[in-house]
Amino acid sequence: MNRIVEKAVLNFTVTRMVVHAPLVARKAEPGQFIILRVDENGERIPLTVADYDRQAGTVTIIFQIVGATTAKLNRLNVGDEICDFVGPLGRPTETAGYRKVAVVGGGVGCAIAYPVAKKLHQQGCKVHSIIGFRTRELVILEAAFAAVSDWLCCMSDDGSFGRKGLVTDALRELLEAGEKYDAVITIGPLPMMKYVCLLTKGYHIKTVASMNPIMIDGTGMCGCCRLTVGGKVRFACVDGPDFDGHEIDFDEAIARASSYRDFERQARETVCNLLKEVR
Amino acid sequence: MPNMQPQKHPMPVQPPEKRIANFEEVALGYSRQTAQEEALRCLGCRHQPCVSGCPVQVHIPDFIRQLAAGDPEGAYQTIAQTNALPAVCGRVCPQENQCEKNCVRGIRGEPVAIGRLERYAADVHNAAEKGASSPAAANGHKVAIVGSGPSGLACAGDLARKGYAVTIFEALHRAGGVLVYGIPEFRLPKAIVRREIDALEAMGVEIRTNVVIGRTITVDELFTEYGYEAVFIGSGAGLPRFMGIPGETLKGVYSANEFLTRINLMRAAEENSDTPVQHGHRVAVVGGGNVAMDAARCARRLGAEVTVVYRRTRDELPARLEEVEHAMEEGIAFRFLTNPVAVLGNDQGWVQGIRCLKMELGEPDASGRRRPVEIPGSEHELEMDAVIMALGTSPNPLIRDTTDGLETQRWGGIMVEEDTGKTTREMVYAGGDAVTGAATVILAMGAGKKAAAAIDQAIMGCAEKGE
Repeated sequence: MNRIVEKAVLNFTVTRMVVHAPLVARKAEPGQFIILRVDENGERIPLTVADYDRQAGTVTIIFQIVGATTAKLNRLNVGDEICDFVGPLGRPTETAGYRKVAVVGGGVGCAIAYPVAKKLHQQGCKVHSIIGFRTRELVILEAAFAAVSDWLCCMSDDGSFGRKGLVTDALRELLEAGEKYDAVITIGPLPMMKYVCLLTKGYHIKTVASMNPIMIDGTGMCGCCRLTVGGKVRFACVDGPDFDGHEIDFDEAIARASSYRDFERQARETVCNLLKEVR
Repeated sequence: MPNMQPQKHPMPVQPPEKRIANFEEVALGYSRQTAQEEALRCLGCRHQPCVSGCPVQVHIPDFIRQLAAGDPEGAYQTIAQTNALPAVCGRVCPQENQCEKNCVRGIRGEPVAIGRLERYAADVHNAAEKGASSPAAANGHKVAIVGSGPSGLACAGDLARKGYAVTIFEALHRAGGVLVYGIPEFRLPKAIVRREIDALEAMGVEIRTNVVIGRTITVDELFTEYGYEAVFIGSGAGLPRFMGIPGETLKGVYSANEFLTRINLMRAAEENSDTPVQHGHRVAVVGGGNVAMDAARCARRLGAEVTVVYRRTRDELPARLEEVEHAMEEGIAFRFLTNPVAVLGNDQGWVQGIRCLKMELGEPDASGRRRPVEIPGSEHELEMDAVIMALGTSPNPLIRDTTDGLETQRWGGIMVEEDTGKTTREMVYAGGDAVTGAATVILAMGAGKKAAAAIDQAIMGCAEKGE
């Protein structure tokens, strides 16, 4: 069950794994997520489906090593099994009916943006992709995006990759030049999505943001993933993870995302120290 | 001669100062002698008022007579005829509103301690049990059960005994539903739940965890692709409610479900668990049900000063009497006739208090309880660093959203025929909190058993017609 069949290091903080999970692979759609537990003492964490192969019965996950659990996950290798792997959860990203869409991805969020761009492309929709990273060493999936985009713009904070600047700079230029989109779909760090949404609001373009808050069960039971959308409390796990970007209270989401930051830092250091001892 | 002592024999418990530092079971159980003496308090009334108070009609005077005669195994077998989970119900049933409420001994003095005696019989049986029961002869029919909580377990047990091939699908990584994610170890040890589940597996019931019906597999696919002839939905009422007041999304505000799931299912209080849980210093629990008591007592065990904030009075608390008493003994403060109107935060987005209003009781509302009414100008603030909302739950929407033709009430409960659990979808049955909204273990279990009987009748009816 849940055997890892492929593992690749995409950069020094991001890993791609292909996991044998036929029940999940059969149903997975872009925008949905899975919940996994690495081992018996593990916590449940949500990871968005980065790709799937229904024939082979596999699901691809791409994760950044940010805490104890992702560090533990990264220690597993091809042939190892992930203790629990459940999904697909959440509602798929709506892709039907669009003719031209801008996909804006940032950092490891590009791993989630990619299957959406791919599906849009397969449906004959024109896809303009803007992907941004802090620096060249952190770039992932550039070639994959190039293959499914009618136009691709790469941005980096320090100018070491593509153009220097933020994804919002590139998007603003397009909009100022008169580009029209049926929708903008944005996936990345919360502050990035916040500013993408602020920008598109001025142009009255439908904008969808994919939220990835802290979760436990992922089926609507704990309410931990709640956020305020249009003044109402919504659960990302069952009502999302996609929401109307112009309605999301991003500042609140940013605050909530830091709930366990101190705990995480401590836990990751413990795991890292353990690893050092093992070596 | 009956024992005419007016009071119940007290339940031995861990002393409060000791138990607030551990998660082990609080109530330690009757000894053989105490159980026998308590059993002798039963008058064996011919009209058996206690039985009519029991949602699954346990033959109460019969099993108590067996206990009095020194035959706990016989007593257990009597209980097990109608109750699938005696060790669980003996611990978590609200007996004071059910069997014990009708007990004639309660008119002058305290009723017979029926719940404690049920627990005693079950514990003696479990301690002595040697080989597990083996599967019944297969009848060649397949039934799927959605959810491994009390209703699903009861339904599975009855069907497996009749020879059905039963599969339980559970969304979480561990079976047991609210018995494992909701009710804490100190009230219901997980080993007891595990034993019940092991017994079902020994009878041939297959349990598939990590399968979310409605997402991983739909109800329709259970019929068309997996060949199940009937489906029982016991998916519970898991969706937590919030108050809708300002500040509810601050860091340090939890639903009771989240807080309890972290501690019970994810064992966050244990050293080797990766799941974090906030150890608050001053914790407010809003609500007055069993879940509120569980959350308050868990927070206490994590070292917090805990205050239960409830908008009615002690008399209206919906929690089991014993839980309220235990909570009070453990030093948990209660602020009655108090209702939060806002959660207050600091500049880092963490909770720092709650703003409350004092209430008074007005005219009775639809539930028959007197409606709490705000007292103008009574606003006051309480300093807190965590707030747990225990306001009840609604049925989970996943299955109704993904199953065509399954009709639900406006508030989300699945519509069923009361006697059979039959839904508006052919061969789909439902029971427990998914139908009633949050209720009790025993009601859910009773619904699971009713549905099992109805499923058996429907499948056998079809089989006869087909032959």
